[in-house]
Amino acid sequence: MHAAVIVFPGSNCDRDLAVAFKAVGAKVSMVWHKDTSLPDGVDFVGVPGGFSYGDYLRCGAIAANSPICREVAAHAERGGYVVGICNGFQVLTETGLLPGALLRNAGLKYICRTVPLRVATADSDYTSGYDAGAMIDIPIAHHDGNYFADGDTIAKLHGEDRVAFTYGDNPNGSQSDIAGILSSNRRVLGMMPHPERAADAGHGGTDGAALFRALAGSVVTA
Amino acid sequence: MKARVHVMLKNGVLDPQGEAVRHALGAMGFDGVNGVRQGKVIELDLNDGATQADVEVMCEKLLANTVIESYTVEMG
Repeated sequence: MHAAVIVFPGSNCDRDLAVAFKAVGAKVSMVWHKDTSLPDGVDFVGVPGGFSYGDYLRCGAIAANSPICREVAAHAERGGYVVGICNGFQVLTETGLLPGALLRNAGLKYICRTVPLRVATADSDYTSGYDAGAMIDIPIAHHDGNYFADGDTIAKLHGEDRVAFTYGDNPNGSQSDIAGILSSNRRVLGMMPHPERAADAGHGGTDGAALFRALAGSVVTA
Repeated sequence: MKARVHVMLKNGVLDPQGEAVRHALGAMGFDGVNGVRQGKVIELDLNDGATQADVEVMCEKLLANTVIESYTVEMG
């Protein structure tokens, strides 16, 4: 089981994500944004949180056009697993791998605290370790996490059961309380909250660990 | 030659920064400001012969996110 974690200038959750992948038994390769290929045999790709390229122009916009992101997109199009967390979610919407966009928080403030999330579907290789409807506590840390998509897209996400997580108490103005969504093949997950920051007892919470365990389990059995 | 690109959030997309500016103007005593929308201006210095169509491709691919933003291009 081999994970790649993409590192952009300004990424700051890349090592946290690598630790979470290693904790479930994955070999982890850190892949620099200027690289033009993923290592051979990569099972899943993590696009980490942070402030890629200083959030210049729009959060994630420049990262989405970096050389490695073409490879990440190709990996996803082959049916590979890609998880984007926080800035990684912003990058995945900018690449078009996931629909919608992340706007400035409705309250204009950067929010950094642990929030209750509802697991909206257990039908994915990321969320199968939870019960649908379960409430979990996961930290958020973002200024631009206000999920926006047009009405048709929101209806489609609900209709196809592609909303992975919703906020228990919407902190940022996201439409339909959306905190995380899946691609149509359910192999690409984008979410603003940070499961990798709640994956070890030393973090003060372990509700994120089941996501990584489920992902590792799905690769082993695939 | 120069091109100037104006990028604005689309109508219907909440602009909390514009709203904050509107509130501040009201608090300062400027009455009658019914709405504020905040966007950005991007100036490009281009080789001679560049066309508006060239800049529009740049807008579609990078300068604007057309899920949430609209853009206009001024050449010259």
